[in-house]
Amino acid sequence: MFYREAGQFRTSYAQDTQLLPLRQDRVGMLVVLIAAVLIPFFANDYWLGAILIPWLILSLVALGQNILMGYAGQLSLGSAGFMAVGAFACYNFMLRIDGIPFVVAVVLSGVCAALVGIVFGLPSLRIRGLYLAVATLASQFFIVWALDKFGWFKNYDPSGVITAQPIVMFGHNFASPGEKYWVVLVIVVVLALLAKNMARGSVGRGWMAVRDMDVAAEVMGLSLLRTKLQAFAISSFYCGVGGALFAFAYLQTVEPSAFTIELSFRILFMVIIGGLGTIMGSFLGAGFILLMPIFLNVLVHSLFGKSVDATVASSLEQLVFGIMIILFLIYEPLGLARIWQLTKERLRLWPFRH
Amino acid sequence: MLIHKVLRRVLPGVAAAGALLASAIVPTSTLAQQPEQYFPVASMRVGPYNAMGTGIFGGVIDYLNYVNIKHGGVNGVKLVYEECETEYNAARNVECYQRLLTGPNGQKMLVWDPYGTPLAYAVIGRVAADNVVLAQAGYGRTDAADGRVWPWVFGATANYWSQIGMKLNFIAQQEGGIEKMKGKTVVHLHIDTAYGREPLPAMREIAKNWGFRLVEIPIAPPGLEQQSQWLQIRKEKADWVTFWGAGAGMSGTALTTAARVGFPRNKIIFVTFGGAEEDMIAGGAAAKDTHVVAMVLPGKEWPLIADIEKVLYKDNPGKGNMQNPNRVGTIYYNRGVIAAANYIQAMKNAQRIHNKVGKPINGAEFRDGYEAIDWRSAETRKEYGIDGMIPPYRLTCRDHEGAGTFHMMQWDGAKFQIVTKDWMAAPDPKFIRKLIEDSAEKYAKENNIKLRDCPE
Repeated sequence: MFYREAGQFRTSYAQDTQLLPLRQDRVGMLVVLIAAVLIPFFANDYWLGAILIPWLILSLVALGQNILMGYAGQLSLGSAGFMAVGAFACYNFMLRIDGIPFVVAVVLSGVCAALVGIVFGLPSLRIRGLYLAVATLASQFFIVWALDKFGWFKNYDPSGVITAQPIVMFGHNFASPGEKYWVVLVIVVVLALLAKNMARGSVGRGWMAVRDMDVAAEVMGLSLLRTKLQAFAISSFYCGVGGALFAFAYLQTVEPSAFTIELSFRILFMVIIGGLGTIMGSFLGAGFILLMPIFLNVLVHSLFGKSVDATVASSLEQLVFGIMIILFLIYEPLGLARIWQLTKERLRLWPFRH
Repeated sequence: MLIHKVLRRVLPGVAAAGALLASAIVPTSTLAQQPEQYFPVASMRVGPYNAMGTGIFGGVIDYLNYVNIKHGGVNGVKLVYEECETEYNAARNVECYQRLLTGPNGQKMLVWDPYGTPLAYAVIGRVAADNVVLAQAGYGRTDAADGRVWPWVFGATANYWSQIGMKLNFIAQQEGGIEKMKGKTVVHLHIDTAYGREPLPAMREIAKNWGFRLVEIPIAPPGLEQQSQWLQIRKEKADWVTFWGAGAGMSGTALTTAARVGFPRNKIIFVTFGGAEEDMIAGGAAAKDTHVVAMVLPGKEWPLIADIEKVLYKDNPGKGNMQNPNRVGTIYYNRGVIAAANYIQAMKNAQRIHNKVGKPINGAEFRDGYEAIDWRSAETRKEYGIDGMIPPYRLTCRDHEGAGTFHMMQWDGAKFQIVTKDWMAAPDPKFIRKLIEDSAEKYAKENNIKLRDCPE
């Protein structure tokens, strides 16, 4: 009933290839976007600074990981490393180029991460699957080690934890959580739109061809070298931009130990739980992995208050979170995006069953 | 479809949980009869550092409850607290900081004390704008001990540079004087994080001045594999090892591996942060004779600790926060109690200074109170029941460190024995202070911070 496409005719090729062919989707997306823009007027600093900003940023990184893993089928474990490249590149651009606008620095740091990504993507031309995942682990360890080892990256700061510079653009300092949120929102929306269009265009079809069977793709005339390295570059670009935003708009410090292997794994889980090879899934998965522990923490505290030992409560949260992940993977291995899709299909038929 | 059956069953639960969550997040500002003062507790009860987290934050919570039960609050102001789990993770810590910024009673928090150097670094840029005191008791950013540059950050009673100075002083005494240190080899074996590297600037300077060889060996966190590092220590023919680790797993691994390669444990000096009973017990028999530095002395015989045990664990069973009551009086627990005692001392000072006795205070007033902390008189220390447990010191506008002194302890296989007669400092505390102020001034200059004027 809600998703009925009856009466919506596509009469031109432009209409047939548009991003959201259904009127309901267009209206829905518009509402979501307007709400997203207006949120800072209603939400408090906690919601903006501790929930929405990290969620958007990690969605962007998950999107990058999804491009590589979900679309191009290259299992990689180095996303936090590429985030670290982005964060430190952004710090150095801001430090060494006077008056560079933040957005320019962010884009340049994405480019830096893309270059590093191409280097670490080279093994993908020879090895596949789990073996490639192990090879990309090297990038994670090497990058964090190099950032620690060579003082130039940190401007010889003795502690290695650097306070991030303020976000300045067009002579304005984006200091409050609301302003930072808008900066992040604009960057994430633009990049997500780009990713969606890449994924459904020839670029994305190339990735998927390589994912499904690379020998067949090569026989069809696709250059494996080009496609795979392109996926690595674009994925690392997204991770790099995400890392720069993570350090500057969220943590406000730049340090290698924020980008550990643990973060890489979390990003991997976001993609798997959200749904491999979907743009929507990156957002849903990031929301689940990032927000569910916080939600459980608040829930357990408000349910039991101080009547339950806090150590037991904290352990309980981890237990429940783990069980939820297992249940999700058992009942819907295709991820949260698939659940969303099924819900839409049901809404189309509602109130009938078939 | 199976998923829909699951969803249909789960959805009402999720909706109910969401409603609960919403009611939990919206602050319910009820007018309480008794005035309240809200304190945040940024605990870590799970993860590799849970032994420390449960001990320290158990001590903090116990002391707040103890003041409520025993004295009816601080001059009639009841203490309330709210807890958030950071898991020793900088990102979770930022979320907790934001969440606890406003308490359930609508009050803003006064102090943030996350007990982790990376966690302190993650919020150090925010506290001034939010009017929150960052109380990094013996951890965190060292040069924040300069109150002219960091008015909102306090590192009582001592920081890592004073600590490394004190350790080298102890080593020099054992070797027979500073002149005997020439040609000796000291290994700084550290976890490869900001915390592990924190003492290095001071240590390098001292090594240069005294003429001993400093070898820096990092261990990647979580540090559960140290074979190659200890073999390297043997190869370097190290005379002493200053061990800068964290978590019982890492500490235990260090001790057992040292025993395996035959490095004498009495030549290893543990850092305050990862040097407690739990760390020694993790090393088993290999831990005997290890040296550990203490900034707050352990033990149940201190009048305050004995009274807390009596009030919270014997007279009112179930009020104590420690799951295992036997941990009352351990290193971490006592350190938590002292951290909270500092909050209360600061709160009393603030009430006095700002003429608000019996009333709640705000962040700026609390900051003034914290800066006025003065434990120099034995009467004050006795009044709290902590005489001998902490060094005598006071904080000033310029000096946010205070004492800079420690005791050396040695593990006898079952408990710590105090080795030093009195609180011990670096051989030249002025030299350490100069390093701190130089570093802070450099920071202020790079970031265009105007130095605060301090009388003196």
